[in-house]
Amino acid sequence: MKYHILEKKNLDCFIKNLLKKMKVVAPVERGSGNYSFAEISSADEIKCDYVPTILPPKKYFMPQREKIMDFKEDGDVKESCYIDGEKIAVFGVHTCDLSGLQCLNIVFNDKPVDHNFLMRKENLFMIGLECNKYCDEYASCALVNAHLPNGGYDLFLTDIGDKFVINVNTQDGEDFVESIKLPQASAKDMSELEKIREEKKKIFKNEIDVEPSKIPQIFEKSYNSKVWEEVANKCLSCGNCTNVCPTCYCFDMEDTLNLDLKSGERIRKWDSCQFETFARVAGGENFREERSMRQRHRVYRKFKFPVDKFNRFFCTGCGRCSRTCMAGINLKEILVKLAEEVKF
Amino acid sequence: MKTKEKNVIEIKESNWSYRKGTILNTKMMTKTEKWFDIKLDDGELGHEPGQFVQVELFGVGEAPISICSSPTKKGSFELTVRAAGRVTNQMHKLEKGDRVYIRGPFGRPFPVKQMFGNDILFVAGGLGIAPLRSLINYVMDNRKDFGKVDILLGCKSPKDMLFYDEVERWGKRMDINFACTVDKGEPDWKGNVGLITTLIPGVNLNPERTYAVVVGPPIMYKFVIAELLKKNIPERHIVLSLERHMKCGMGKCGHCQIDHPKNYYCCKDGPTFTYDEVKESKKL
Repeated sequence: MKYHILEKKNLDCFIKNLLKKMKVVAPVERGSGNYSFAEISSADEIKCDYVPTILPPKKYFMPQREKIMDFKEDGDVKESCYIDGEKIAVFGVHTCDLSGLQCLNIVFNDKPVDHNFLMRKENLFMIGLECNKYCDEYASCALVNAHLPNGGYDLFLTDIGDKFVINVNTQDGEDFVESIKLPQASAKDMSELEKIREEKKKIFKNEIDVEPSKIPQIFEKSYNSKVWEEVANKCLSCGNCTNVCPTCYCFDMEDTLNLDLKSGERIRKWDSCQFETFARVAGGENFREERSMRQRHRVYRKFKFPVDKFNRFFCTGCGRCSRTCMAGINLKEILVKLAEEVKF
Repeated sequence: MKTKEKNVIEIKESNWSYRKGTILNTKMMTKTEKWFDIKLDDGELGHEPGQFVQVELFGVGEAPISICSSPTKKGSFELTVRAAGRVTNQMHKLEKGDRVYIRGPFGRPFPVKQMFGNDILFVAGGLGIAPLRSLINYVMDNRKDFGKVDILLGCKSPKDMLFYDEVERWGKRMDINFACTVDKGEPDWKGNVGLITTLIPGVNLNPERTYAVVVGPPIMYKFVIAELLKKNIPERHIVLSLERHMKCGMGKCGHCQIDHPKNYYCCKDGPTFTYDEVKESKKL
């Protein structure tokens, strides 16, 4: 593991050098306490101290609307599949979102692999940023152990006062850091980093009174819980919770025709299991017509199904679903209630 | 404009490439169901009984359709399509000679090899005969690999019956027991009238060595399975094919995931399931 040092006053120089090689996106302020990842041209635009952005950086790996094919009727239909191959640096990604991207990476590497996702991933230069304290009360990153870096980045920055310690995780990262001649971290810098990690142990503690190791057993028994009815009574089926989730990836396919009626495009777009039509078939049968079924499905897709299949939670504790819910549905409360019900 | 094009990377191994084919023949089987015989440019479809394909109509969209022919039939494959939604209504306008675009085959087939040496009871309701026919014809073409074969067929009325000529031939074969019923008869109908569940008690079967393969609408599963369990057929010997809206066929898009405490994607883990796998689902 190699560690370098970036003086905070040199952050703009760092960004400018990145911009010479690729587009740079970073968290920027959007007003009313909201932030989003957006293209920047200087370090002044970046907000390093931010509450998780409205949308997670999954939007660069799997855009909300993604053209996957052009088709042309020319005697017979001809298709060409491609992605936008622009190189992008994503600066300032929190550990919860790095963890979310790893979840997506697992899903899209599961056979048959998703070529669109994997090719986009190749073009993304990931620069993580450590949270030294909680963003707000919705977060539950310690519960799912996503408050510390666990890979998934090229470079990872930790704020140690007037400078960042940069952990280099890939050769691409190393090449960039070398190209701008960042000094290596000194023993003193490393002990500062150590101190911050020690401090974090005191700050970041399991946010709910439920042992993570018990969660799989809770979900074994919660399928017919009355909690789902309670949640459904509040839910508006707007789909906000799934859209903002860093590990939600359900999608729909859409064909659009151009004005010549002979050519067009196939689009992949985000969809939500919370929508009433999501599990409906053409004959009219709906296999998840109740809101309670749809909310249960969402939560099972975070804490049960991926545990069975990939041996990890697909919740990163970012808190977005609870933060964005207009009806005040809170994921941490759901977990606590389920745990109470099965008496763990 | 130029820089934009520079950034475009073509994907050679796309998940969304199509196999091209030509419609050899079509037939309106009922008012709402149309049959298609399709030959692919690149040879055999390469499916197993119980699988499905995605049919793409460029500019309209894609629909998952069960393959209704057996892999023992070479040279082409068959689909039976009910005009139910946007894509299927448009598909009904396709005729002989028209080009079609296919992805697949997808899905877990019927457990044919486990069924070898066992008696088979087929129960088909309505359009359920379409996926089931891929297995029925497979069993017919490999008749000696199986024990006793019973086919029970149910539909709304005599004019809703699919594959009428073929059904008539099944009725005449000596190596299968065949019975059919309609929910509502017509003056010249000489067969049974009543729900398909009324045919099950009369079937003479050895439950330990019988596989019941049931395909029909969700409401039918509930009552048919109850009758089969009364006959002591083990839950893992009851095989179903479930309908969901598979949009990708690759276990990714989420639409076809079964409402069940276990993680089942209908397109990859199904569409065929044994009853013991999915019995906790409220609506099959």
